[in-house]
Amino acid sequence: MKAIEISGISKNYGQVAALREISLDVDSGEIFGLIGPDGAGKTTLFRIMTTLMLADAGSGKICGMDIVSDYSRIRKIIGYMPGRFSLYQDLSVRENLEYFATLFGTTVEKNYGTIREIYSQIEPFRDRKAGKLSGGMKQKLALCCALVHKPSVLFLDEPTTGVDAVSRSEFWKMLERIRKSGVTVFVSTPYMDEASLCDRLAMIRGGEIIGTGTPEQIISAYPYRLLSVEGDRIYPLLKRLRETEGVISCFSFGASLHLAYDPEKTEASGILAAIRESGLGDCKVREISPGIEDCFMQLARK
Amino acid sequence: MNTEYAIRIRNLVKKFGDFTAVDNISFDVRRGEIFGFLGANGAGKTTAMRILCGLSRPTSGSGTVAGFDICREQEKIKKNIGYMSQKFSLYPDLTVRENIRLFGGIYGLKDRTIREKTEKMLEMLGIRDAGDRFAAELPLGWKQKLSFCIALIHSPQIIFLDEPTGGVDPETRRRFWESIYDTAGNGTTVFVTTHYMDEAEYCDRVSIMVDGRIDAMDSPAGLKKKFSAGNMDEVFRTVAGRAVREE
Repeated sequence: MKAIEISGISKNYGQVAALREISLDVDSGEIFGLIGPDGAGKTTLFRIMTTLMLADAGSGKICGMDIVSDYSRIRKIIGYMPGRFSLYQDLSVRENLEYFATLFGTTVEKNYGTIREIYSQIEPFRDRKAGKLSGGMKQKLALCCALVHKPSVLFLDEPTTGVDAVSRSEFWKMLERIRKSGVTVFVSTPYMDEASLCDRLAMIRGGEIIGTGTPEQIISAYPYRLLSVEGDRIYPLLKRLRETEGVISCFSFGASLHLAYDPEKTEASGILAAIRESGLGDCKVREISPGIEDCFMQLARK
Repeated sequence: MNTEYAIRIRNLVKKFGDFTAVDNISFDVRRGEIFGFLGANGAGKTTAMRILCGLSRPTSGSGTVAGFDICREQEKIKKNIGYMSQKFSLYPDLTVRENIRLFGGIYGLKDRTIREKTEKMLEMLGIRDAGDRFAAELPLGWKQKLSFCIALIHSPQIIFLDEPTGGVDPETRRRFWESIYDTAGNGTTVFVTTHYMDEAEYCDRVSIMVDGRIDAMDSPAGLKKKFSAGNMDEVFRTVAGRAVREE
């Protein structure tokens, strides 16, 4: 049985189409990533899947249960960590945890094994009010509260937004451990570099899924050839290369430029010649395989 | 006034009670430089930036921003810098034109200048038809570009950008950095914070704050060499990973 199956989900807010015919499925025990910028419709999709909002069209099932008619059963077997406001700021760490456990008719003691690894890191602060915790500790507590009733599927809406690179990689290590304990994880993020940490992913933009599959499948479907260009005068070079015949796109990626070209219209040698003629100094050029971010940018331009 | 440096900071300390948020930092930013101000959450970036923007006084230390003293000339600093953050930069229930007019007015520009700048801005951003729409209705990428232009409306010497690209799609993020390059190319100093480590590579120099201190500061190439790292992400993980204190 699939952990999540949704089909043809659409949602409008007045004139704005927030989601357009979204279909996807998630296998049990997967980490599935929903990757896209702010305003893409990620949170709306979360609300529909977690039975907090009705779709205008389409249908969905969580662990075989219908997101409309079986909403109350679904709520018992999912954990949901929304982007914000998931904790009671004026309750202590321990009180928050007990409150969520009680809501689901269980106790912290009964399910301590599920949360132990994460909770042990914040337990020294158990009497501190949630509002007084650091961002990293809040995140851990929110995760414990979403896990305290041993859910089958865990929904995490942008858990790493605004979090620094070091804390982000720690968080993903926690997700990997949660998955190993048998929980299906559905997680959204605006950070493209987190894509490779998912088993499968869907890329969303403007309310539409623009690509889906394993990271490897998405990368192998990239239709162009890609060059990495490094040089001293990157910005003038970028402007120049965009004007070059056969160049599909050219953008900076860290210290280098990524240049996509259509192999049917030009060859790498033509681009190398354009770089030499530009008089912008020596450049290091090599053919590279695309990353998820290259793929997202290409799919978003269609 | 020193014309070579836009920012000069010496032994800056900020304490809240017995907590030292900023712990004796010193640095210079040259005019026209793009300076990346990095650090983990809770490292003290926001506290330091508030002092540089004239919104908070240091416990000790000295410095100048745009040639004005950070302890005594805070109002002059505010007039000579621009500030943009991902949030709170626009009034959502004012139209695009009204937002421009409000900020132009706050900085004391003449009505005629504001009118001229408004038209130029709408033209440049390619949103001529959106002038009468509420800021809340604009796509995020437009909002960011508009906030950026508004933060530059009074031609400040320095612009402070606090996580300007959070949440936008990869192409919009890169186009935004191209406008940062253009701005720096015109002589404006850019002071920027970001959580995207590929963006750290776009800066002329980068500093990394750890537990209130600046633990590393150099060009991206210099830092990568020093820490034998392939990219700025590795540099950041090495340096910021040393943090002892919680946020």
